[in-house]
Amino acid sequence: MIFAKVLTRLSLVGRQFYTTRAMSIITKIEHEQLRKNIPAFWVGDTVKVHTRVIEGEKERIQIFAGIVIAYQGNSSNKAFTVRKISYGEGVERVFPMHTPRIAKIEVVKKGRVRRARLHYLRDRVGREAVNVNEVRKEQAANQPVEA
Amino acid sequence: MSLGIIGKKLGMTQIYLEDGEALPVTVIQVAGNQVVQLKRKETDGYSAVQLGFNDKKESRVTKPLLGHFKKHGATPKYRLREFRMDEDKLPEPGTVFGPEVFPPGTLVDISGITMGKGFQGVVRRYRFHGQPATHGSMMHRRPGSIGCRSTPGLVFKNKKMPGRMGGDQRTIQNLEVVQSRAEDGVLVIKGSVPGATNSYLIIRPAIKLGAVAKKAKQKQAAAALAAAPKAKGKK
Repeated sequence: MIFAKVLTRLSLVGRQFYTTRAMSIITKIEHEQLRKNIPAFWVGDTVKVHTRVIEGEKERIQIFAGIVIAYQGNSSNKAFTVRKISYGEGVERVFPMHTPRIAKIEVVKKGRVRRARLHYLRDRVGREAVNVNEVRKEQAANQPVEA
Repeated sequence: MSLGIIGKKLGMTQIYLEDGEALPVTVIQVAGNQVVQLKRKETDGYSAVQLGFNDKKESRVTKPLLGHFKKHGATPKYRLREFRMDEDKLPEPGTVFGPEVFPPGTLVDISGITMGKGFQGVVRRYRFHGQPATHGSMMHRRPGSIGCRSTPGLVFKNKKMPGRMGGDQRTIQNLEVVQSRAEDGVLVIKGSVPGATNSYLIIRPAIKLGAVAKKAKQKQAAAALAAAPKAKGKK
């Protein structure tokens, strides 16, 4: 009885404790979909997303590089938005985090931001539009890591 | 006439295919479909298998029903359901069926009770177009005229009018089984299925398989046609 109570309490603490309780089958199916080789990055970071592009029968890698401006969803449904300025025009692309169409994600630069969504970048013009403060070295150690 | 099983909708999620396509799927719990009673032509006038699903505490079963379960050597269940089957194909009494009945790739028909929507108007219930919102219109979501005048002098039966919506049994045909997970006792079905999470479902083999098979054949024929000129060109 007491043991059961401890388990429920643990499960309330956070998702990482899912192994201690009976995992719902849907959670289990979603966990199977997750990719394990995703580097930790968060909003404000500059990333290079290597996407698999299939043209006819050939497959090649296309790179989309820019600033991560938002995260959406959770579990296998998680996605992130990357914004870049291409020939003076702002381009945003939403990538599902766990899709097999992403070959690799490279973190180029860690950013220091005070928002969860950087939608204010859309209103900026010129150099300011890509200007996100870099993480100073001592802060990098305390940066919240998100898989 | 073939075996169907009873299931419980667990909810929806998505699965990535190898090419990166995200497939919307419904997860249905089906483990523990136990044969309770076998109906035979000579005793019951027809042949069928009665399945029980979802274990129930013995203390919660009425005594007459408990007797029924005990008589056939089955444990008490919440749901009972008959499936007509040919007499020579009837399973052994007490057999427990699960997801293995429908291997991946099978097409199934799934019935369930749709979610109740309450009392709804004609626009939501029957997708009437309604009337203009502006330009002096003072009539927006009404049904409009519901009949003629003294001839015929009545409103026809089955005239679409406001009323209770949802909560009806509906069947979705030709749904594909994506995964049949024996270890979880679960079927993963492509697409959506009637009813709320935790509602009961009936899963049967697709009855209009003929039409689907035909379509597949046409597709093959078209593919063969498309491939043929290419082969000629190479020669």
